[in-house]
Amino acid sequence: MSVEPATIVIFIAIIALTLGITAWASRRNKDTNQHYAAGGTISGWQNALAVVADLISAATFLGVLGLVALNGIFGFYLLGATMIAFLCVLLLVVEPLRNLGKFTIADALMSRFNVKGVRVLMAVNTVIITIFYMITQLVGAGVIIGLLLGLDYALAVIVIGVLMGIYVMAGGMLATTWIQIVKSVIILGAILAMLMFMLARFSFNPLTLFDEVTAQVGSDMFTTPLGTTIGGLDTMSTYVAQIIGTAALPHIWIRFFTVPNAKEARTSIVGAIWILGLVFLAITLLGYGAAVLVGQDVITNADAGGNLAALQLAELLGGPILLAVIAAAVFGAILSTVSGLVITASGALAHDLYNHTIRNGEASEQEQMRAARLVPVVISAIAILLAFGAQGFNLALLTLLAATIAASVNIPVLLLTLSWKGFNASGAIIGMLTGLVASLGLVLVGPSVMGENALSPLANPALVSVPVAFLGCYLGTLLGKSRAQEERKQGVEIPYEKIQVRLNTGIGDIEKEPKKEAVS
Amino acid sequence: MERNNGSNTDEQAAAAGTDASQAPAGESSEWHQIMQAPAYKELVKGKRKFVITVVAFSLVFFMIMTVLSTFTTVLNGQAVGSMTWGVVYGSAHFAVALILSCVYVYRANKWDRLAEEVRQETSEKRMGT
Repeated sequence: MSVEPATIVIFIAIIALTLGITAWASRRNKDTNQHYAAGGTISGWQNALAVVADLISAATFLGVLGLVALNGIFGFYLLGATMIAFLCVLLLVVEPLRNLGKFTIADALMSRFNVKGVRVLMAVNTVIITIFYMITQLVGAGVIIGLLLGLDYALAVIVIGVLMGIYVMAGGMLATTWIQIVKSVIILGAILAMLMFMLARFSFNPLTLFDEVTAQVGSDMFTTPLGTTIGGLDTMSTYVAQIIGTAALPHIWIRFFTVPNAKEARTSIVGAIWILGLVFLAITLLGYGAAVLVGQDVITNADAGGNLAALQLAELLGGPILLAVIAAAVFGAILSTVSGLVITASGALAHDLYNHTIRNGEASEQEQMRAARLVPVVISAIAILLAFGAQGFNLALLTLLAATIAASVNIPVLLLTLSWKGFNASGAIIGMLTGLVASLGLVLVGPSVMGENALSPLANPALVSVPVAFLGCYLGTLLGKSRAQEERKQGVEIPYEKIQVRLNTGIGDIEKEPKKEAVS
Repeated sequence: MERNNGSNTDEQAAAAGTDASQAPAGESSEWHQIMQAPAYKELVKGKRKFVITVVAFSLVFFMIMTVLSTFTTVLNGQAVGSMTWGVVYGSAHFAVALILSCVYVYRANKWDRLAEEVRQETSEKRMGT
């Protein structure tokens, strides 16, 4: 792949466009509500596009397309799992989270428990998950942009890292959201164009494509091998990690605070499900198309993980112009996903840890804004340094590992906070710690780190770590029972019934409600 | 709080004047009243039943795929041409997610109306006191 002038022009255009959006947003970015939640002004469908942008990162588009091209139906099952994950998020998480939280996930938990430890742990977890995810994004970005523009890996990582810092520092959530919307539109258009070019070679009939795949690559592209018990469990665990991990991604959860109410939050996820459904089917077909048209040998020669299959297919189908368009879409995907991650991490650091923990929630609006603008810069700098140390992994695998931690930490605590009357702050704290230790520990002693001498056979420990975290929540709740009774008496913990009323109806901010009514 | 909530809810709600005499418990008696409202009860009951059913169904549907695809070869059989049952089952995940999300929106619109009813009642009571 040579560097085309068209590619360079489109890259510069995208940087100019995103900086323009940031400049526009920065004029409105005056207070914390604007900075962290875009003032709650994003509509359901706009948010749907932004959620799609969060999910269709470069890792998903390039990684999964390559996965389908090399491993066939396994990648398709993972995408199916993601669809079910989004359905479960819609049913269980979205509206309660919108009704309970303000800027961060910790806000939602604190609306019930009011215990500092809960906030600190959830914030730390959010930072760990997003930084981990950010590294996978930056590593992938560095490699791909290096290839597309002929830039040095280090320089590419620095450019992306600086850009993401600027977007979030100046434009906050508003800039992030609109960059994501623009990116979604570009990548949807690019994927559809590529799909049309590709299907044209198979008389617009997917079945013809499937026949060609069977004839040229082999029928095992549509079948799964019968593994050993451990191998089978590991594959199952991969699917489970995918479903719970996708459902638990903090940068997707905080998107629901940017819409005006629970109904719009619902619209955004239903919209996202429809758009993602189309994109995922297109990615699957493109993956199979790449296997036939580009050929698996050529794909693995360019990149062992198959991460370049999408770009190779684009060049083959539409020459340098289509390659430049797809490359631009990938670049946009990288920029928007990392800025979504930076705003998530900076919310946890500046809002949860600085304002609510270090300053006891008493920092002035001005001080909060100063922190909100400083933290994204710090996070970007750290992420750039970490990305230097981590090259040469399969992007989709790294994403799955980040998702495992998200699954084990976020899901048990949030579900129990929403639905278990007896749950208490100690349970939340111990549950989060257990989930974090279990998932990090099992990944560290698993095959992805220790190779053949691994102590744990599962590469994706979600199948084990999520139940362990639930157990941690349960045991912690038993241990903290007497303390919780004390806290309930003192009114530290908000009664469960009141939380139920709030998450079901949106009634809750007792002081806020009458004001709203009086105005209208 | 719990000991008197069975006996005095209806009468107290009817006689709005007695709310004021219970001023210290004002906030908590308010949400106890919300919980007793028929609209709220209908909302919670319907929502819980729907959510549990649909989540259970979709997770079971998904787990069957994981078991069949890792421990058996039944999905490897060919359905149409080169397309295996695995492709069909995988695609069915998409259908399930798309259809059930729309059914949920349809049902949730009804719950929105109930929630709005509860909110109205609450704010009227607040304006009254």
